[in-house]
Amino acid sequence: MKPFLRTALQGSLAAVAILASSVAAQAKTPADTLVMAYVIDDMISLDPAEIYEFTASEYMANTYDRLVVIDPANPSQLKLQLAESWSVSDDGKVFTFKLKPNLKFHSGNPITAEDVEFSMERFVSLDLNPAFIMTQFGLSKDNVKDKVRVKDPQTLEVELDAAYAPSFFLNCLSFTSVVVDKKEVASHEANGDWGHEWLKTNAAGSGPFIFKSWKPNESLLLEANESYWDGAPKIKRVLIKNVTESATQQLLLQKGDIDIARNLTGDQLAALKKDPNVKFQAYPKSTLWYAGLNTKNQYLAKTEVREAMKYLVDYEGLQKTMFNGTGVVHQTFLPDGQLGADNQTPYKLDVAKAKELLAKAGVPNGFNVTMDVTNKTETRELSASMQNTMAQAGVNLIIKMADNKTTLTKYRASEHDIYLGQWGSDYQDPHSNADGYLNAPLAKRNVWQSPEREAAVLAARDEKDSAKRAQMYMDLQKMALKESPFIIMFQQVETIALRKNVDGFVVGPSFDLDLYKDVVKK
Amino acid sequence: MKSFLRLLASVATTLLGLLLVTFVISRFLPADPVLAVVGDHASESTIAAARVRLGLDQPIIVQFWLYLKNVLQGDLGESIRTGLPISQELMRVFPATLELATVGTLIGVILGIPLGVWAAVRKDTYIDHLVRFFGLIGYSVPIFWLGLMGLLVFYAKLDWLPGPGRLDFGYEEIVTPVTGLMTVDTLIMGDMDLFKNALGHLILPASLLGYFSLAYISRMTRSLMLGQLRQEYILTARVKGVPERRVIWKHAMGNILVPLLTVIALSYGNLLEGSVLTETVFAWRGLGLYITDSIFGQDMPAVLGGTIVVGAIFIIINMLTDVAYRVLDPRAR
Repeated sequence: MKPFLRTALQGSLAAVAILASSVAAQAKTPADTLVMAYVIDDMISLDPAEIYEFTASEYMANTYDRLVVIDPANPSQLKLQLAESWSVSDDGKVFTFKLKPNLKFHSGNPITAEDVEFSMERFVSLDLNPAFIMTQFGLSKDNVKDKVRVKDPQTLEVELDAAYAPSFFLNCLSFTSVVVDKKEVASHEANGDWGHEWLKTNAAGSGPFIFKSWKPNESLLLEANESYWDGAPKIKRVLIKNVTESATQQLLLQKGDIDIARNLTGDQLAALKKDPNVKFQAYPKSTLWYAGLNTKNQYLAKTEVREAMKYLVDYEGLQKTMFNGTGVVHQTFLPDGQLGADNQTPYKLDVAKAKELLAKAGVPNGFNVTMDVTNKTETRELSASMQNTMAQAGVNLIIKMADNKTTLTKYRASEHDIYLGQWGSDYQDPHSNADGYLNAPLAKRNVWQSPEREAAVLAARDEKDSAKRAQMYMDLQKMALKESPFIIMFQQVETIALRKNVDGFVVGPSFDLDLYKDVVKK
Repeated sequence: MKSFLRLLASVATTLLGLLLVTFVISRFLPADPVLAVVGDHASESTIAAARVRLGLDQPIIVQFWLYLKNVLQGDLGESIRTGLPISQELMRVFPATLELATVGTLIGVILGIPLGVWAAVRKDTYIDHLVRFFGLIGYSVPIFWLGLMGLLVFYAKLDWLPGPGRLDFGYEEIVTPVTGLMTVDTLIMGDMDLFKNALGHLILPASLLGYFSLAYISRMTRSLMLGQLRQEYILTARVKGVPERRVIWKHAMGNILVPLLTVIALSYGNLLEGSVLTETVFAWRGLGLYITDSIFGQDMPAVLGGTIVVGAIFIIINMLTDVAYRVLDPRAR
């Protein structure tokens, strides 16, 4: 019996070993393909009229073209993309765009003003997630047909309901003016849906890359557009694989089975610094980490209490330990890079100062308050640190951990005391955050709206002189630093890790400015 | 015929109960599923429209009834997050899990049974202790850690095995899914290099799952075997001079086969639900990861679809086990 058993065991072990040796890893990433590990589980639609998520914006930026885009190298400047020129009427209400000549979609159809008109009508009429960016200019389902007008095959006119700062409208267009192929999309229209059902999983663009396939939560494959008007991409293919575990991304990168890892943590980035085959690229994104303090709460209603709490966060320590290259201390509501952004950081961890302010507010011994936290690594660590430092002045944070949708449901209904989370600008214009933090939705959720602040936000939005406009935002930020119910702590920095041989990847201030076109693998 | 009808009724009741419980629990969650589809700036009217479109404005009983009606017509609905038909998504993720679980269970059976028998025969010797200790580690070490360590050693350091994913990145896209099982599909394509690659990618995660089922199977084999070896018929056989190998593998094994089959079937069923952690570490888009993602994304139709699959798996495995009993156990015939 003994020999038999042993033979059986040895036999099966040997079989596994032989298998293992015969299939040892051979292939590295193909030379003409950029392979990237990236958590793409937020991607829910490929229709530019619906795209609003980080990774989908990046997809859009690389497969579609827009009239104008933000210059990634200088985010307060605009670049013309499909438009050859733009002008605005004397009354500031009518914008005219002239298209570059001889542009073509992936289908071979020429890009005309009619396509632009169709795309804008579609964007507004479908009324999906990002539609508000356009409807805030008085465009609506009912009037968009009259307000957006084709003058000739190369020229288009857009009429707004009022005179806004031109930079404001153009900054918004830099996200929303994606042009889709009218013939292609219209041919897939069903039940008056503007081709939405089809475009959700297909593409009809003109960008540097052509959409090949999308398996939700799994992978995205793009192919180079060899006849791109602004020069063909240097690589043939881009393959994005959804690798949710960041430790796995790290191993893949070190082995050279991927060219870029997008979602590494601070620890992992630090560990990779020793690897001679890996390099890094970083760019501050327009996403801020903040805590929203609901002024419905009797303690949080007091300005002194709120200011005291701003002194009870270990900004420096967290930047070094937890963020470690993935975030920098930032305390004003405009992210670095936007017009008028004020990068001052007056708050440091100062328990004595906080206690003084708490005493002034009539709560010298502190108080208990709950904080809703999404169950994610970063928010867990951040909330633990805040709990620790706040306790030093008697502010006892009771942390309520739940999944993202649960905390957000509560937050939207203003049923929180404190909400810890992130807020990213909807478009690269200071009005997005000014409106968000000082009016709606964030000020509304934290019950801090006022007609005066709303008026100030709108005045800054409509100021035509850019220098004056910037100054108005500076003033608003100074006010908010002291009074607002937001403990703004960090600006997210996107740090990506690349193999040494990969050049030309552009990491921009927002995800719709992360570009693959100039990537080369040497 | 009668027994078939009874079976059908019990299957239907089980699935219905499973669905009802999942459905009710999902509606008690404090999160709003509409959030998953509308953005931060959605107006009240957009939110209301989305609610109507998703059927969430109806009373829960009506919602459940509508859902059941669709399921009976073979329509599992569309994913809230991606808008794709759920049946199509399940067809993509389930084969990945099936492949992994089957190979894992095979490893567990092929190694687990001999190890269990060996430990039983050598009860209380160092071999027995070693086998039990080996099994204990399989039980107690977190699979997440074990998976990462496995990758670190066999993939990153030694370069014996390929890394995460079902094929080397970049090659998965060229395989046309026929069965969805990567090893089978590459064979159908007739590409031996790709087949070897798929097999290589399978080894590490399957061994990991195999280790788990091995731990369970070897332990159960040992105790079942010990129970038999104490019986008088074994003593009789030995006294009669039957070779020891025959005593163990024919007499004793024949008697533990039926309960052992239950053990194996249970362990297989568990693996078929999908192991979320293994699938996460190895970037293996299987059923476990799909259901978990759907739960976090408040994608209830997808969760319910996944639940139906899990329920069906258990029912099918139970039925197969029943059939096997009849074959193996003369008394059940």
